[in-house]
Amino acid sequence: MQDLEQSYVKTFAKDDLELSTKNLSVLYGGKVQKLFDASLQFKKNTITALIGASGSGKSTFLRSLNRMNDRVATVKGEIWFHGLDVNKPNINVYELRKNIGMVFQRPNPFPKSIRENIVYALKADGQNDKEELDKIVEESLRAAALWDEVKDKLDKSALAVSGGQQQRLCIARALAVKPEILLLDEPASALDPVSTSKLEDTLKQLRSKYTMIMVTHNMQQASRISDYTAFFHLGHVIEYNTTADIFTNPKGKITEDYIQGSFG
Amino acid sequence: MENKEDLKKVVDQAIAEQQVPHVKLNKMGPSSVDVDKLTKPSKETHQEYWGKGLTYFAIGLIIVLVVSIIGFVGYHGLATFVSDHVNVFHFLTSTDWDPGEGKNHVGAAVMIVTSFAVTLFAALIATPFAIAIALFMTEYSSKKGANFLQSVTELLVGIPSVVYGFLGLTIIVPVIRKLFGGTGFGILAATLVLFVMVLPTITSLTVDSLKAVPSHFRKASMALGATHWQTIYHVVLRVATPRILTAVIFGMARAFGEALAVQMVIGNAVLMPYNLVSPSATLTSQLTSQMGNTVMGTLPNNALWSLALLLLIMSLVFNFLVKLVGKRGQK
Amino acid sequence: MDAKKRDKLATVIIYILVGIVVLILAGILGNILITGIPHLSWHFLTSEASSYQAGGGVRDQLFNSLYLLILTTIISLPIALGAAIYLAEYAKDNWITNLIRTTIQILSSLPSIVVGLFGYLLFVVQFGFGFSIISGALALTFFNLPILTSNIEEAIKGVPQDQREAGLALGLSNWKTIRGIVLPAALPGILTGIILSAGRIFGEAAALIYTAGQSGSTVNYADWNPFSPTSPLNVMRPAETLAVHIWKVNTEGIIPDATIVSAATSALLVIVVIVFNLGARYLGNKLYRKLTAAK
Repeated sequence: MQDLEQSYVKTFAKDDLELSTKNLSVLYGGKVQKLFDASLQFKKNTITALIGASGSGKSTFLRSLNRMNDRVATVKGEIWFHGLDVNKPNINVYELRKNIGMVFQRPNPFPKSIRENIVYALKADGQNDKEELDKIVEESLRAAALWDEVKDKLDKSALAVSGGQQQRLCIARALAVKPEILLLDEPASALDPVSTSKLEDTLKQLRSKYTMIMVTHNMQQASRISDYTAFFHLGHVIEYNTTADIFTNPKGKITEDYIQGSFG
Repeated sequence: MENKEDLKKVVDQAIAEQQVPHVKLNKMGPSSVDVDKLTKPSKETHQEYWGKGLTYFAIGLIIVLVVSIIGFVGYHGLATFVSDHVNVFHFLTSTDWDPGEGKNHVGAAVMIVTSFAVTLFAALIATPFAIAIALFMTEYSSKKGANFLQSVTELLVGIPSVVYGFLGLTIIVPVIRKLFGGTGFGILAATLVLFVMVLPTITSLTVDSLKAVPSHFRKASMALGATHWQTIYHVVLRVATPRILTAVIFGMARAFGEALAVQMVIGNAVLMPYNLVSPSATLTSQLTSQMGNTVMGTLPNNALWSLALLLLIMSLVFNFLVKLVGKRGQK
Repeated sequence: MDAKKRDKLATVIIYILVGIVVLILAGILGNILITGIPHLSWHFLTSEASSYQAGGGVRDQLFNSLYLLILTTIISLPIALGAAIYLAEYAKDNWITNLIRTTIQILSSLPSIVVGLFGYLLFVVQFGFGFSIISGALALTFFNLPILTSNIEEAIKGVPQDQREAGLALGLSNWKTIRGIVLPAALPGILTGIILSAGRIFGEAAALIYTAGQSGSTVNYADWNPFSPTSPLNVMRPAETLAVHIWKVNTEGIIPDATIVSAATSALLVIVVIVFNLGARYLGNKLYRKLTAAK
């Protein structure tokens, strides 16, 4: 058994923080622990990559941040967002998820039109002004760098566009709710290289306004677009630092082995 | 990657590439977080509350329904024994069924024996056919053939039971009459009708059970040099046995509870069957033909409710057996 | 006998048994359709049943069957939908859920005559509805609920999990996600389930003979006020359906052409059931394609 002690975990000044966790642990079925005391801080308007092998707990961690794990697992510990511990039972998870959006591994647009995909949640929230909704459709599609490609087929089925476009549509759909944080769970793993690069460009542009936390298996991708990187191993956070430091000057042996081994 | 230097170069380059000029996002951007909202119930909370409530209500309704069916039928079925003081043992063993004559003439043995007889015989005949069809569909035929038989069984399920009864009445009964004499009504006619009716039930569940046998079992057996049939007999059927048994029990439950088709061909005479072609009566046929002729609250009516209770209990027993066999199969 | 011969023998026996069943089905279908269809005239479908002479039709029975089918579906659909959503989306994996599933299984395996007698006890006698369409529709609802519930549950469970996650991640409530996203995606399966259960309702007789009754009342097809006693829409009138009609003319045997009437009615029933089956498959496929289509 390797030594799982943390080698380095970066912290930030309080004013720069967007989100932070303290001793976050996740148990499945009350027995199987997938995450152990993860304490991480996320800086405003940055992209943080979560890396690690399959089963390292990085996805579990990500899905806990907007309480998507509530139904399947027990999440212990604290998640601080705007001065609130949002892992408390009294938190309104629906409101929380409107502020912390999420994009998944496989593109999952609704089997509805492109327009309807974006406005669905807004309509459900009671927004009915058609002009306002149209504006939001255009803005969020522009923000997701998809507008030019789909502006002529807004009323066509979302399933008719390519996988890469579907994924950017999912981003647009998440942005339309106006979240502060975007959680991305291996958003490019189902995409071809061209779509991936488009997606990455989109994310880079979004950094000026949003805080993003992204799980990825792809080391190049992490180095290409992230500012900070956290390395997970067997459910523990081993190292958390600027992306440059993690990749070129890892402090821990396990981190170094993993990065050497999977870069290439 | 050769060494750290190379790695550094790649990463530096990648990070340099990050410095693309940020395209200005117009009005799009996060809305300021309303912290108050995070701790207060919202529209969604209420939606969830009502929606969930509706589904609980629906499921609750079904449960109340089942409980009240059991309660009502139980209450009326037990009246025979509680308020009319019929002896339970007498009820189960006496063949004297003439409830209008008083409490010593309430014996359901004829109906019980006949019900079990038609059920068992139908299952006995249907099972080999069902297994043969299921084997044919899963082990022998092409996909086309299997699809064809699938539609055949679905069609057989879909045919209403009165139609089966009518066919039994107009085809099977006259043939039996010709071959064996007598009226033609009786256990044999009912068995043949029920055979066709339970066949699709048993078949489709048997198909499921055979499909559930992992294919590596078959391959392993074939690799050992076993013939197709040896593989089927010693491996596939053996593994699938608990679930085939479940299928047969389901079929028997259907046969036991079938009312109209049986009532049309059984003869409806409360006589102990002395052979397969003598008219008799089952629990269901007696209920069907007599319920309208009795007055609520009288002994003849209560006696019929006792038959209904017996049917209900047997239905529960079949359910229990399915569970039991299912548990055995899991071990 | 060696293994090879045994193998061959087994194959032959299996083929023979399969052949027999196919022949039986062909015989059944052939018999119903060949004897029934020639009598399925327009006159038969549009004239009243006769009580003691030959030449009667099944106009009222046909209407009653369809009316009961529609009423039953209207009553059972919301309940089955709610129960199915509960089982597919809300039920936790624990003993209570197991108990609930067992309860539904018990309901589905109850003999339909028992369900019918319960309906008789509760609606006809206790509530004083008498032999009536509403009593029949409620009894058929009981008979229909477990099957419809499990059909819908299967359809709902077939919707990919990531659709639910997409909805939840946007801050939608569970319920809104189910209603707005999961149910529309499950629609083809749900519709197939409804139509298949409709076939069963259409042919059911045992649950009806003591609830909807075994005789019809005078019906005036010009009167569509549901509260008028002679209106076809009146739910308080007794109503004999096609399936009950077959049973009655055969057991009472008063009309001289009972066999012809039954054969024609049987053919009608079987044709309707086949149409339902094919329709369910066709509609399900078409809707599915439409929903997932790249337009």
